[in-house]
Amino acid sequence: MSTRSIVGAAVLAGAVTAALASFAVASPLSEAEGKAAMAAGKEKCFGVALAGMNDCAAGPGTTCQGTSTIDFQGNAWKFVRGGTCASIKVPGDRNGSPEPLTRDVPA
Amino acid sequence: MNELAIPLAAHPLPALRFPAHPIAGLAGTSLKHEHLPSILADETQRGFFEVHAENYMGAGGPPHDALARIRRDYPVSLHGVCMSIGGPQPLDKAHLARFKSLVDRCEPALVSEHLAWSTHNTTYFNDLLPLPYTPATLARVADHINEVQEAIGRPILLENPSTYVVFPESTMSETEFIRQLAQRTGCGLLLDVNNVFVSATNHGYSARTYLADFPLNHVGEIHLAGHASQTDDEGDLLLIDSHDGPVANAVWILYEIVIGQCGPVPTLIEWDSAIPDWPILKAEAIAAQAILDHHSQKFMPGRANAAR
Amino acid sequence: MQPVDQKIHHLGNHLGYAAGFTSALLDPEQPSPAVVSGPNGKAAAKRYNVYRNNVTVSLINALVATFPATQRITGVDFFRAMARFHVRATPPTSPLLFEYGHDFPDFIERYEYAQAMPWLADVARIERAWLDSYHAADAEPLTPQALASILPEQLANIVLTPHPATRVLRSRFPAVSIFAANRSEGPVGSITETEPEDALVTRPRLEVTVRHLPSGGATFLLRLIVGETLGAAATAAFANYPQFDLSASIAGMIEAGAFTAANHGGRST
Repeated sequence: MSTRSIVGAAVLAGAVTAALASFAVASPLSEAEGKAAMAAGKEKCFGVALAGMNDCAAGPGTTCQGTSTIDFQGNAWKFVRGGTCASIKVPGDRNGSPEPLTRDVPA
Repeated sequence: MNELAIPLAAHPLPALRFPAHPIAGLAGTSLKHEHLPSILADETQRGFFEVHAENYMGAGGPPHDALARIRRDYPVSLHGVCMSIGGPQPLDKAHLARFKSLVDRCEPALVSEHLAWSTHNTTYFNDLLPLPYTPATLARVADHINEVQEAIGRPILLENPSTYVVFPESTMSETEFIRQLAQRTGCGLLLDVNNVFVSATNHGYSARTYLADFPLNHVGEIHLAGHASQTDDEGDLLLIDSHDGPVANAVWILYEIVIGQCGPVPTLIEWDSAIPDWPILKAEAIAAQAILDHHSQKFMPGRANAAR
Repeated sequence: MQPVDQKIHHLGNHLGYAAGFTSALLDPEQPSPAVVSGPNGKAAAKRYNVYRNNVTVSLINALVATFPATQRITGVDFFRAMARFHVRATPPTSPLLFEYGHDFPDFIERYEYAQAMPWLADVARIERAWLDSYHAADAEPLTPQALASILPEQLANIVLTPHPATRVLRSRFPAVSIFAANRSEGPVGSITETEPEDALVTRPRLEVTVRHLPSGGATFLLRLIVGETLGAAATAAFANYPQFDLSASIAGMIEAGAFTAANHGGRST
């Protein structure tokens, strides 16, 4: 593809001006607001933003202690799904998908 | 590349200068981020906080911010968990460089690591694994301690482990091994009194005898923690160093004996699983502080080993 | 079984303990290794199992901490079983636990028992990106003022520097909706979205934020992230997504803090 833009300077300048003018809107939605907006099918500006989750998931920390939980057994186990997956009515047909699979960028 | 639009603050703020909060004679707690709001709101808080070094080795973000906020107001003890000092293979140079950079960044009052290992070849096992005590391992571990101390430019405190098995090839006692390490490397010692109690129970020896043979004059910090109980193959009590509850009474008794001999050495309450609300953890530290204060009159201040 | 480090073995039998000790650590079918015993002639089986427990449980717990929404979707028992397979097959190679689990979404995608939830791997990818963003380097995001200061005729050729915490993920499933509904303690409700969803993960200062990108947004951002000019990125987005909203996307990327600087770096026109 040519590096010459099809989107012209005037279009870009107009888009930037409009974007900067829109900054009256702003802060990310709270978790509850985000869910409500999502449920209502609304999208604010650049999609629904979900923030306010830092406290509930800061990732793993190191350990310098042992555990009294016994879980070294083999891999045999009973297949039990006890989570929320039953409430997710999303079709599982990958073949009909128009998009390449997830890419995580930058590496 | 020609920068057209320069952000208002293009670069992170320069590192802040931290005050040199003294740590001698203080009790402290492990820093848990869920306690951060309570700690920052608590004006009466006295003491220090210990952090696991590896959790602050990311490039930035909330962990760096939390550590800086705590370090501004309190002495911090930096506790390395996975240097694998007790392993036979060479130290991970990249990890050592990260460790040095963190020491430089947060200027901790104390720096410690474990007499244990956690990496073999390239696999990191995330546990403090035991080693045999022989002249060969003594030489290897001493080399590793020297390498760490040279890299960071200051002595470390080495912590005695909780163990569940023995190595038949061992030819030295743990206390003799640790004494020789301190003599050869000039490192200080982090005496984990709960670990002493756990290992003594698990291996059928007396914790008091162990402490009587331990080089207490090198101790620069003490750890206290809770443990859990299981049984071994013979049905006898096997204690697990689980850090998931209050310090056991037997460990408090041993602690008071140690402080009676060592003086008011900085003392940390470790509570890393089933973490309670802040007031419960703080109450454990207050109990340790009372013992430290009770014994402080008998000793000159500022004698903590390897402290800044 | 771990390959034995020959160099270490040559240094003498007294330094072979790590190879011996770890030989059965991730394999519960094996007896406790010969290098250890209990004290005073006691057996070592249950004692060695303490180390097995410590390793397996702590690594499963690390995956739980990184992938809480994924666990909520599958339930605890399912997740821990799945995580146990992964821990055994792919233990960490770095002592930095927050780096663990980059291979876990791909594992989930192949995992036999998760085939009925083909979107699960993409939810896990958002969670992994969340933690990458959390630990990424700090940088000040690009301000509206900085963008406003660029002359209109130069706009087409600017390239933007991505913020270190910025990640874009594309899913052929409504992964953002599923992620958002399950990443907290609140009620999940019924999720019936069917359209593919793309995610933008940012952390302009201290708070990680996940956004569901509108049509064409992912193409636009991914082109910018790899260093294409603003003009080229906009052209690509319009070409593939006729309903692409350029103005909203520019406002959104500034609001999200996805970039740190604008440079006059495009190939000259």
